Amino acid sequence: MVSTPKRARRPAHPLPIRLMHWTGVYAMACMILSGLVIYNASPLLPFSFPRWAGLGGWLGGALAWHLSAMWLLFADGAAYLIYGFMSGHFRRDLHPPTVPELALDIRDALKFRLAHRIGHYNAVQRLLYAGIVVVMIVAVLTGLSIWKPVQFGWLTGLFGGYPIARGIHLTMMLLIVAFIVLHVTLVVLYPRTLVSMVVNVAAEQDEAP
Amino acid sequence: MNRTKPVVTAAEIQKDLMPLRRRGLLRGGLSLGALTLLTGCDLSTHSGVDAALEAMLRFDDEVQAAIFGQDRLAETYPASALTIPFRFNAYYPEWEVPNVDPNWHLAVSGLVADKTPWSLAALRALPQTSQITRHICIEGWSQIGQWSGIPLQVFLKRVGADLRARYVNFTCFDGYSTSIDMASALHPQTILALVFDNQPLAPQWGAPLRLRIPTKLGFKSAKNLQSIEVTNRFPGGYWENQGYDWFAGV
Repeated sequence: MVSTPKRARRPAHPLPIRLMHWTGVYAMACMILSGLVIYNASPLLPFSFPRWAGLGGWLGGALAWHLSAMWLLFADGAAYLIYGFMSGHFRRDLHPPTVPELALDIRDALKFRLAHRIGHYNAVQRLLYAGIVVVMIVAVLTGLSIWKPVQFGWLTGLFGGYPIARGIHLTMMLLIVAFIVLHVTLVVLYPRTLVSMVVNVAAEQDEAP
Repeated sequence: MNRTKPVVTAAEIQKDLMPLRRRGLLRGGLSLGALTLLTGCDLSTHSGVDAALEAMLRFDDEVQAAIFGQDRLAETYPASALTIPFRFNAYYPEWEVPNVDPNWHLAVSGLVADKTPWSLAALRALPQTSQITRHICIEGWSQIGQWSGIPLQVFLKRVGADLRARYVNFTCFDGYSTSIDMASALHPQTILALVFDNQPLAPQWGAPLRLRIPTKLGFKSAKNLQSIEVTNRFPGGYWENQGYDWFAGV
C-alpha cells in the first residue's frame, strides 16, 4: 500500500532540529521546575506548587539552577531561531495559516479527523508551534527584565514595570506548561511522531494517502 | 557561677559553621529535583552538580559586573507610590530585632587611611541625599520606600579608602553580613541610610545605620551596621555563603 519513494525523501525532522528539540526539553524542564520553587518563595497566586515537583530544594538552590539553565535555553533558542530563518524551516513549515485554512483544520481536529502526516504541519500545528515560539521569546524577555530591572530598565518599562513583568513571566510559564500537556498528549496518541523526533524518519509524501 | 554559659557560643563558631552549612543546604536541596532530571546519574556524587552550579553562579557574577552601568540609575518614584505598610524582612522574626547599644560607633577597617570610629552625630554631619526607590527581594516581591543618608562614595572618600580595592564588606550587630563590589559601592544611589520614611531609622528598619543599595537585591541592603571594611580578600556574606549569588545586581 505504501509506495516506495523513487528518490531519497527529506527527513521529517533534520538532525539539527532533533538536537535542538531535546536540548530545549532539558533546558525548559530545568527552568520550569526550578521556577516553581522560586514562585513558592513569594506566590503571586493563592496557591503554591508541591515541594516534590521543584528543582533546587530551596530558593538559593532553585535560583542557581534557574540562572544556570537560562544560558542553555537562550543558546538553544537563539540557535533554533537562526536555523529556522536560514534553512527556510519557518517559511516552509511554520508560515502563518489563513483563517479559512485554520477554520477547516480546527473543525477536522475537533472531529478527530485532522490529517497528520509526519514532516508536514497542518494549520493548527502551525499556529501552535509558531505561537509557542513567541510565548518562549516573551518568557525569556520578561525573565531578563525581572533579573535586571535596573540595567535593562527600558525593557522592564516596556512590560509595564517590575511587578507586571513578573506576572507576565509567570503567565508565559503557565502557557508553556499548557502547550506541553497538549503536545505530549498528542504524541501519546500518535507515538510514531516521537520516533521521528529521535531518529531519522523520512517525511511522508505530499499526496494524501 | 557561670555554669549556664555555654563553653562555645553559636556566634563564636559561626564562621566555621558557614561552609558546612552551605554545602549541606545546597546538596540536600538539589537532590530533590535532581531525582527527576538526573535519573541514571549516581545520586551520591552531587558534589559535582554543586560545583557546576557554583561555577555558573560565579560566571553570572562576572556577567553582572560587566553589564553594571556606573551611571545607570534605579527608577525613582513620587511619595504617592510609597508602599504602606512597609514589610519587615530579616533572617529572623521581628521580635528578635536587637536594640542599639547607646554607645554605638561605626568601625572602619581595612584599606582606609583613617580608622577612627564614627559616632552617630558625626555621621549626621556628613552630606545627605534622599531617594524613593524600589526594594526588590530575591523572593520576588518588591516594595517602594524612602531612605536618606550619606552617599557611600562620599563616606569612602572621607575615610581615605583605597577606591581601587575590590570589595566593601559590611558586618552587622544582629549577626548579619554582606559585601559588595567597589563599582557598586561608588554608585551615586548607594547610601549609608540614617533615615527611613522621613524618620531616624527605627530598630526594625536597621537602626542606627544601614546600607541602602537600589541596584542590588534587597538582601544586600544590610541593616544594623557595626563595621565597614575595604578589602581585596573576597568577604562573602550571610546568605552568599549559603548559595545566594554574590553580585545580586538588579
